Amino acid sequence: MRRISTASIGEKLYEILMTVNFELPGDVRGAIENALEVEEHGVSRSILKRLLENNALAMKKRIPLCQDTGMVVVFLEIGQEVVLEGEYIEEALNQSIARAYEEGYLRKSIVSNPLTRINTGDNTPGVFHYSLVPGEHIRMGVTVKGFGSENMSRLGMLRPSDGVEGVKAFVLETVALAGPNPCPPIIVGVGIGGTMEKAALLSKVALMRDIGTDNPLASLDQLEKDWMKSIEALGIGPMGMGGRTTALGVHIETYPTHIAGLPVAVNINCHSSRHSEVIL
Amino acid sequence: MIHYLKTPLEDQVLDRLQPGDEVLLSGIIYTARDAAHQRLMSLLEAGSPLPFDLKGQVIYYMGPSPTPKGAVIGACGPTTAYRMDDMTEPLLKNGLKGTIGKGSRSPKIREYLKTYHAVYLIAVGGIGALYSQMIEHSEIVAFEDLGTEAIRKLRVKDFPLYVGIDTQGRDLYTQ
Repeated sequence: MRRISTASIGEKLYEILMTVNFELPGDVRGAIENALEVEEHGVSRSILKRLLENNALAMKKRIPLCQDTGMVVVFLEIGQEVVLEGEYIEEALNQSIARAYEEGYLRKSIVSNPLTRINTGDNTPGVFHYSLVPGEHIRMGVTVKGFGSENMSRLGMLRPSDGVEGVKAFVLETVALAGPNPCPPIIVGVGIGGTMEKAALLSKVALMRDIGTDNPLASLDQLEKDWMKSIEALGIGPMGMGGRTTALGVHIETYPTHIAGLPVAVNINCHSSRHSEVIL
Repeated sequence: MIHYLKTPLEDQVLDRLQPGDEVLLSGIIYTARDAAHQRLMSLLEAGSPLPFDLKGQVIYYMGPSPTPKGAVIGACGPTTAYRMDDMTEPLLKNGLKGTIGKGSRSPKIREYLKTYHAVYLIAVGGIGALYSQMIEHSEIVAFEDLGTEAIRKLRVKDFPLYVGIDTQGRDLYTQ
């Protein structure tokens, strides 16, 4: 058994928020640099260069990369040998969000009720996903999710007979419908299987994986590379200006599902994919 | 082709713009996004005066991050424009000549821009830090209670944009 204080988890969250909002993760910056090496479209090249300039300036002057500093999404994998000590975990996490968004001059974008829409003033609450795993560690994944891209995400309850080609068509259709809106080059998270909410959750988990890493399942890795080519062929390009750099990555997660269904969720992230992971 | 534009925008100058052209915009522009647009619509419906004269003006769909001490403004890139599509015509009718945002717009916006002789300009999303360096002055002029969504009057210098839809209703994204 291992004791971990919720305050120490909150402190880690604070540190992550004070970093990811001001500095692109290495995988994202690397993917943009790689794209710039192969992109031939003139306007699109200049946009990719500006993304890198923006990153350098944000780091140097401590200005947020984007004014949409997102809704904070936290994935907590908690080892079942861990005992959490201190105040309620969700309070600790929300306090860290409030502190980071105040001290970091980050935008408060959260409204308390989706229908009456009064801003909570401190960017809380975050969205928290917990899962219990074997062991005595805690793994925390964090992303600050902008809504220009979140709004372009879709969920489809396909038929089993639609098969892998049907899933691919749905993913491509989603990217095409989104067009320039989600700030391409995008990262495409695809969740396949489970139930409706499980597919949606998997699609966000997929966005947490580092760009440029292989899918651990060879069959899915093959699909990712194939779909990436088809997305490139759409020719949307950075901010919809054309060219080949429409996506920086396609990541797929799957889960067993029912004989009657084939749920598919596509969660889109903008090029400013601010994500981080820490093990406690 | 690069156009150096100054606000307020004049009709003859706007006619030279074509989809995809680069624009470097200088002068006064106003910010308004979702909530501010809803307020403006309510004022127009009630026949009340607007907080600023729209004639020849440009609205930037943007809600900045908070201004750190000593800075003019925080990060300030565009938000997605289509959410304002249903609230754009009444503003054009009152003299608005340009909107700035990101992403595609509904077909009816192309018709409105043709009718009212106005343009849609595209800013690059996700480079809010860079854009903050091109703003010389910022002040809230209406709806302060909306926080980031308040209407701000900005003075910009060589603000880099692309022509999305021109005065003939030609759309960069559908050509």
